[in-house]
Amino acid sequence: MTPRVGIVLFPGSNRDIDAVNALTVAGAEPVMLWHADTDLSDVSAVLLPGGFAYGDYLRAGVIAQFSPVMRAVGEFAARGGPVLGICNGFQVLAEAGLVPGALLRNRGLRFVCREIALLPERLDSPFTREIGTQRPLRMPVAHGEGCYFADDATLDALERDGQVLWRYAAADGRVAAPEDAANPNGSLRGIAGVANAAGNVAGLMPHPEAAVEDLIGSADGLGIIRSLVVSAQEYATTGAVTGTRALAGVAG
Amino acid sequence: MTAPTEAAGPPEAGAPPVAEVPLHRSLGLSDIELEAIHEKLGRDPNALELAMFSVMWSEHCSYKSSRPLLRTLPTKGRDVVAGIGEQAGVISIGDGLAVAFKIESHNHPSAVEPYQGAATGVGGILRDVFAMGARPIAVLDALRFGDPSDPRTRHLVDGVVRGVGGYGNCVGVPTVGGELVFDPSYQGNPLVNVMAIGLVEEGMLTRASADGPGNLVVLYGSATGRDGIGGASVLASATFGDQDPSKRPSVQVGDPFAEKLLIEATLELIAKGLVVAIQDLGAAGITCATSETADRGGTGMLVDLDAIPRREPGMEPFEVMISESQERMVAIVEPGRWDAVRAVCERWDLPVGVIGRVTAEPDIVVLTGPDAAGALDPDGRPVPGATELARIPARALASEAIVFDRESRPPARRRAAPAPGAADEPVDSLPLRGQDPAAVLTALLGSANLSSRREVFEQYDWNVQSNTVAGPGRGAAVLRIKGTTKALVATTDGNAPVGQHDPWLGAAMSVAEAARNVSITGARPLGVTNCLNFGDPTRPEAFWQLAEAVRGLSDACIALGLPVTGGNVSLYNEAPGSAIAPTPEIGIVGLLDDVATRVGPAFRADGNTLLLVGETAPGLAGSSYEGLAGTAPEDGPPSLDLQREAAVQSFIREAIARGLVESCQDPSGGGLAVAVAEMAIWGDRGATLRVGVGDSPAVALFGESPSRVLVEVIPRHVPAFELLARHHGLPTDVLGTTGGARLVIELAGNGATGAAEERGSGIADALDVPVAHLRHAWEHGLPRALGWEHAEDVGDGGIVDSGAGAASRGPEAIR
Repeated sequence: MTPRVGIVLFPGSNRDIDAVNALTVAGAEPVMLWHADTDLSDVSAVLLPGGFAYGDYLRAGVIAQFSPVMRAVGEFAARGGPVLGICNGFQVLAEAGLVPGALLRNRGLRFVCREIALLPERLDSPFTREIGTQRPLRMPVAHGEGCYFADDATLDALERDGQVLWRYAAADGRVAAPEDAANPNGSLRGIAGVANAAGNVAGLMPHPEAAVEDLIGSADGLGIIRSLVVSAQEYATTGAVTGTRALAGVAG
Repeated sequence: MTAPTEAAGPPEAGAPPVAEVPLHRSLGLSDIELEAIHEKLGRDPNALELAMFSVMWSEHCSYKSSRPLLRTLPTKGRDVVAGIGEQAGVISIGDGLAVAFKIESHNHPSAVEPYQGAATGVGGILRDVFAMGARPIAVLDALRFGDPSDPRTRHLVDGVVRGVGGYGNCVGVPTVGGELVFDPSYQGNPLVNVMAIGLVEEGMLTRASADGPGNLVVLYGSATGRDGIGGASVLASATFGDQDPSKRPSVQVGDPFAEKLLIEATLELIAKGLVVAIQDLGAAGITCATSETADRGGTGMLVDLDAIPRREPGMEPFEVMISESQERMVAIVEPGRWDAVRAVCERWDLPVGVIGRVTAEPDIVVLTGPDAAGALDPDGRPVPGATELARIPARALASEAIVFDRESRPPARRRAAPAPGAADEPVDSLPLRGQDPAAVLTALLGSANLSSRREVFEQYDWNVQSNTVAGPGRGAAVLRIKGTTKALVATTDGNAPVGQHDPWLGAAMSVAEAARNVSITGARPLGVTNCLNFGDPTRPEAFWQLAEAVRGLSDACIALGLPVTGGNVSLYNEAPGSAIAPTPEIGIVGLLDDVATRVGPAFRADGNTLLLVGETAPGLAGSSYEGLAGTAPEDGPPSLDLQREAAVQSFIREAIARGLVESCQDPSGGGLAVAVAEMAIWGDRGATLRVGVGDSPAVALFGESPSRVLVEVIPRHVPAFELLARHHGLPTDVLGTTGGARLVIELAGNGATGAAEERGSGIADALDVPVAHLRHAWEHGLPRALGWEHAEDVGDGGIVDSGAGAASRGPEAIR
């Protein structure tokens, strides 16, 4: 059966169209979830799309974390369900404490929309398992607050525990340092996306869901979306997802 | 139509809006107009009625100066579903789908407050599109400013770009194209023209006609505040000073988040069939939305002033009626559907309320109840003790607004008179400039107007919605239509420099180039939307420019078989001492039946043949080369043969459809040399060409004569390509071959520049530059012109600055 993946629609979400397109291309059934919904029993994975939830007034994602659906997403995640936040969705997950770190304003203090190269750190996570080979993936970024930040101790721990899933790649394929032009927002250690400690919740700033067809510039993002769909499939049938740890209790 | 406020008519008597003068004049109404209002009402208007007339009879809402001209435009087309007079033009594209599109200006607000002015410009044009039931799928922004090295220009560019991005990015509509042009004539009066494109299922198409007496008038979206109060009259001043803080309150403030909710709620209301009509609130606010919808329906309305939600207490009735608060919509709803309408709006957290009733009696009647506690009972009848504040026939405010036949007179001196003895110098040939053509080409590629716009468009989300096949920066934008093989192709173009010499030619060339940019992708242009940015129509010379431009627009559209489906007119674009160059901004949407056949402007492979279709005509006036190096005083702009233009475009579309074309670019800004350089830079490969230069290397390399296309063809396809061109009666010229890392252009013929001798070369004179150098100049030109980057930042070898001696003149000074 086709796995059902929920797309959380906040007032102000605007990449839901891209998410629906990507999940359809990846062979899943997109299910729209309203910000007031509290029941996620109907879906086997959750995708938080990009946009400007609640206008992103005050700070990106800061208001969305208090919406009813986010409590449900928290419970879904605590049960081991796979959750992926993209761009604004990543910001919401970070504000909600479901993934570690924070997203600050871009180093250049301007909104930036361009194609970047994304380097998967590992290929065995619920969100990278279908990528296949280790290579830079071309996909767009489009954000004003995407500079990944955490203190050194946290960053060291994330790297040690394999929670860094993606980094920005320079032209030569190496990791793009904060000051490197290939790092679009100045993210520390070139980090573009991370997972929680349990490994079943992840967020990234770039848009794999907007890079699933060569016609629109790149299909390199499809591997990440397929990974989410496969993990959803697995969670629907076994109630758990390969590559996730026994829950430490605390998310992040 | 609704529109952002900017170009309301000034006092005909030229009286400034100050307290001493009579009320009608302080509101921007002339004595003549006051008399006309008397006739329409058969009595003295009260203050509220005067205020309502003042905004509805503003130039922007009434088109009182331009309407007689606009009537001459071709509007018919086989697939036109909705045209001029509707909120946006709509053209059928098959598969039960139609495209809605329109361009509009927000010039004066952007000059006063660049961020909000540009942001609300985007918001306003988006509402025109989704009010018809179309989901907005793209925005293009055509921006024009003064000297890029001027601090105020830099302030305006930064604010406008942030405003366009801040709004468009948040509402989730990609900004896929547009223009950024610098010219001294815009120094005191920048132009911000925004085009929006939407996709609508034909069954969902909704018009703004208030039919059915007894139906409810529903207002939803943001509450009504004091922002944008009197924008029409205050921003109407004929002479527009530089930053004037007193005008800032007249600029509306945008909330893109509210707009996003408004889009979703409006499309849901329409999809569920809950509304009879919808119109957005733009210029003249509630007054415009009520009177225009009623006029279209041949009805009238009772408007309950008390029922209109306010942002602040103590607002005067006239403030409520003409406020231009953003993110508001009016819907006409059958009483039985009110509960469902309210439920949809509340689901999207949008305030919604019934503010009136449609009546058979064709008057707009504004009422207030006792203690301002409501003027209408549940059945829509005035409650006992309700007071009538205003009563005006809807048509008097809308379709029967006053029209002026302005005086038109060509300027005495159309062009600079030849300087004594100037005619003797063949000044449009390179050697007299003492310049290597390579230096000129590099300077042009690095100039503020021709260099890469990347630094700007990367601040816009250009790929949200996952439809962008070709985004900004490389010619026309291409947007696929999900669920079909089709794609829409869109561009905006405006040729002001030529228009300054000849407004007819400037407008006709703008249409020709916009259509050409669509045709060279293989797409068929569907229709034209236009934004006419001109000066004070009460000056006969300025009105002549407008009249000539409309004639050029009309002639070109007829020749190319394009209907004009809408747009707007922005007059009074004048700052103290200077009117803008007449700027007809043309937006065109085209259709590709199979997106897979699309052709781009980048070289595809080495060893392919490069051909020029069409002929290079003399005339450098109005060209980028002129901006860089000047031209002979007696020189004029290149001529335009509209039949030839039509032939070139139908030919290239057929050649592409037959799969004969690898890549295609039209020589326009910077001419043939810049066009080839762009194809090389984008294709990351060079080419070797031989160009006959006739009497003038400058014309051959940098002339901008229209009706030409530069085409990359696989060698084995060349015979078929040339044969097809002959069938279309078009000359072709094999220029050379793609490949290598350098761009080499040999100049053949008697016009060789002599620069070769200076370089001590024995062979025929040639231009020979590494593509990497050209790319460097092209990529760094804009950020340097705007001071965002300096030569030393990028360890530049002075490539861009070669030939900068000449470049330092004109608007394109290389920094």
